[in-house]
Amino acid sequence: MACENNQLLLDGYFDGELDLVRNLEFEEHVKSCARCAQELQAQQGLRDSLRAANLYERAPESLRARIRAALPAEARPQPIVMPRRPVLEWLAVAAAVLIAVFLGARVLPNIGGQSRNLVAEEIVASHIRSMQPGHLYDVESTDQHTVKPWFDGKLDFAPPVMDLKDKGFPLVGGRLDYVDHRNIAALVYQRQKHFINVFVWPEESKAAKLPEAQTMQGYNLVSWSHDGMDFCAVSDLNAAELRQFAQLLGQ
Amino acid sequence: MGEEKRGPSSAGSFEQVVLPHMDAAYNLARWLVRNTHDAEDMVQEAYLRAFKFFGGYQGGDARAWVLKIVRNTCYSFFEKNRPAELAEEFDEKVHTASTTEEPGAEAALLKSADSRMLREALDELPVNFREVLVLRELEGMSYKEIAEVTGVPMGTVMSGLARGRTQLRERLLNARAKEEQRGLRK
Repeated sequence: MACENNQLLLDGYFDGELDLVRNLEFEEHVKSCARCAQELQAQQGLRDSLRAANLYERAPESLRARIRAALPAEARPQPIVMPRRPVLEWLAVAAAVLIAVFLGARVLPNIGGQSRNLVAEEIVASHIRSMQPGHLYDVESTDQHTVKPWFDGKLDFAPPVMDLKDKGFPLVGGRLDYVDHRNIAALVYQRQKHFINVFVWPEESKAAKLPEAQTMQGYNLVSWSHDGMDFCAVSDLNAAELRQFAQLLGQ
Repeated sequence: MGEEKRGPSSAGSFEQVVLPHMDAAYNLARWLVRNTHDAEDMVQEAYLRAFKFFGGYQGGDARAWVLKIVRNTCYSFFEKNRPAELAEEFDEKVHTASTTEEPGAEAALLKSADSRMLREALDELPVNFREVLVLRELEGMSYKEIAEVTGVPMGTVMSGLARGRTQLRERLLNARAKEEQRGLRK
């Protein structure tokens, strides 16, 4: 149980339904009240198991059909009627489909390789753009505890942020970037005069993987996956040091 | 709700506005009447009512509008067929969890509650607590939306949720204790 008279507030807080002032007050209160903190944990435990238990009951298909039949005709969804086409036109469509399938079969094996390269090109382009004055970071900080929360609410994933200052690769900031049709995190590190951009996005099993190491337009790229995330570090730093950096991050 | 004109065009057609919420309607009905047969009847009846009253729909939260009709349909059904359901002791006394328990012990127990236990515990709750919990935790509605569906003030929604959760937790812990006594759990 929450402490005296706080159960109602606690549920309101738990549901995100308190007004700003009371929300802040309660947040402060929980910091110093073990009972309320424990109670919040219990509420979360209950919510987690309710969510995991799959209790939502969906309308069976038979019921949908029954209701559609019982409703007056004007309320029912209209079936989609295909316009009639003359036979010759259908033949042309069929031929086009055949040709597309035939061409597709010949071209498709290359698509994976191409998209990998496109992503690498985008990453290099983004790295170059970030080197232009004022484009390097949205959040400038050498503190991982400042950089990581900055991404909260800006991305649909939480990129891991590590400072490698004591290894000679200090963190200098982070920014939002856009690669391969999605928002991703870019973390910026420094090695002496060289900047390293580390692009981070959630791993997609279907997506083609970038090669472990490659060179493009004079920049070195090292890619790896870790904990469900894909990483790609890009820099004008020499390949050996960049690989060393990647190993420090990837472990 | 009142006039019997057909669907105001500004708010969209019945098909666009009401039919998409059939899952929500069925979920609420199923948790209120607690069996699939009656739940299907409730949804069908509610949908025919919704069609009849669609002229009075002013736009706005369509899901809440549909669920309100579903709920009213279910409560009419209770009045006619299961008056005991509504006469239930709404706020039965539950003993408060002991405070000597190890911190986090209850959270861990609740987290490990399985689907069958949760289903039974939720089914046993008085209907007024069951409905706010289903609307909040399964349907993901805000207090304001729940207030609209159930026709009570938001403060009542909040206290209903607080008491409902306390009772649900109590039942889960009791169920767990009973199972342990019976030695069903390893």
